[in-house]
Amino acid sequence: MSQLISRRRLIGSLGAGTGGLLLAACDRINASPTVQRVLGIGASATMSAQRIVTDRTALAPEFSAAEMSPMFRTNGTKMPSSADYSTHLATDFRDWRLVVDGLVARPLQLSLDQIRRMPARTQITRHDCVEGWSAIGKWSGVPLKLLLDHAGIGRAARFIVFHCADSFGGTPYYESIDLIDAYHPQTILAWGMNDKLLEVGHGAPLRLRVERQLGYKHAKYVMRVEAVGDLAAIGGGKGGYWEDVSGYQWYAGI
Amino acid sequence: MAEGTEAAGGAIVYRHRRATRLWHWLNALTIFVMLMSGMMIFNAHPRLYWGKYGANFDRSWLEIGNNGSNGYLRIGTLVVPTGQVLGRARLQAFPPLVTIPSSYNLAAGRQWHFAFAWLLVLPGLAYWLWCIVTGHLRRDLAPTRGQLAPKHLWQDIKNHARLRLPTGTEAQHYNVLQKLAYLTVIFGLLPLVVLTGMTMSPSLDAAWPWLLDLFGGRQSARSIHFLAAAGIAAFILIHLVMVVLAGPLNEIRSMITGRYRLPRERPE
Repeated sequence: MSQLISRRRLIGSLGAGTGGLLLAACDRINASPTVQRVLGIGASATMSAQRIVTDRTALAPEFSAAEMSPMFRTNGTKMPSSADYSTHLATDFRDWRLVVDGLVARPLQLSLDQIRRMPARTQITRHDCVEGWSAIGKWSGVPLKLLLDHAGIGRAARFIVFHCADSFGGTPYYESIDLIDAYHPQTILAWGMNDKLLEVGHGAPLRLRVERQLGYKHAKYVMRVEAVGDLAAIGGGKGGYWEDVSGYQWYAGI
Repeated sequence: MAEGTEAAGGAIVYRHRRATRLWHWLNALTIFVMLMSGMMIFNAHPRLYWGKYGANFDRSWLEIGNNGSNGYLRIGTLVVPTGQVLGRARLQAFPPLVTIPSSYNLAAGRQWHFAFAWLLVLPGLAYWLWCIVTGHLRRDLAPTRGQLAPKHLWQDIKNHARLRLPTGTEAQHYNVLQKLAYLTVIFGLLPLVVLTGMTMSPSLDAAWPWLLDLFGGRQSARSIHFLAAAGIAAFILIHLVMVVLAGPLNEIRSMITGRYRLPRERPE
């Protein structure tokens, strides 16, 4: 009896077989470079359309203290593993310096104290993860514009790259934004969160807030801010760790 | 539907104009890609919330999860076991057979979703305009006063429940339930799904904060986006069942060539 194929099993395996073929066909379509190129047109069109149709200086919505998330979850790296970072953490970042370099007239090396003494902006904003969740928190930090003005950004600079202390599989995290977002008044390097100094899980000592884009653009553990003319020489050339490794969209405004 | 004199059962009438046929088949592709890539995006965080924020520590009103071996769907406090269909594994709230791509890839799902969104929005706006300008909306889609009379509505519901679909002259025009279904999708669910999708964009929220006010916050917009998409999926299901019941060859031909044979009157 066991050699007989029951009708139910036959239908079941035919169904599974067809399903498998369909999946394989769909995945072949998704893997095709041509298909990916065509889909990429859609992503570029989204960014261009948003930049053309909307006010480039529009502020992200800000919220009242009562509207803040009771718990703000951490995401990505929760504790950088490098020995360097551990030393800085153990010594309260006393000898830590933020480097601002690249296409600038005056490269800077700033201590955390110097950065905290600079004019700060505090904003209660919504953090949107690419996965779909949102959390509202209060951020304090120095506007990136001030640092770039101090350093004297060069004419050839078009992007700002953030080099970070945390690593994924041995590669240090990095992200980049264009000058429209870099000079946006809400774009800050935050050293404080929810009225406390920034915690390690949220990116201490310094993390980027770029309020009109999704969470993976908000680089944590920022060590170095570099002005560049193009992104080709940065990592895999797509402007960010997740962009290079997993094909996430460089423009994360949607 | 083209105008013309009243025709009897068996006659062939010109039912769907070219714009309707083109938009229909484009949507047949686009909406499937949107639903399937949308389910991939949902798989990244299979929980829905109401309000301005919502993440793992906050209370979700809908969740698709897994209790170790089997999946479940939780709506409020109601938990429905879903076996190996929904929530069969982590990051597989919706199973691989219905997502684009099949294995978990949020970046690719987003790439498909946002490319095809253009094919949903631009031709959709053009079709809206066409409906209004050519009078298709007023002539064929808007229910007549008589059709909206409670008695007529109730009769139509009873006829549908008994699967007594219109024949002959009556079948030359959309019946009232059909009209209401098409209007709900074209002028209700589609704009709703597009606007709530736009509300999830942090950049558009900065430019057009009224979007957030309209839907009560980004997480509410995400929930409504999901519900509107579910509504569209339900429409497609009923639509396909009705096509089969009404005579699939005649119906599909009418959507390809525009020509439709009016079903013959039933002998009473």
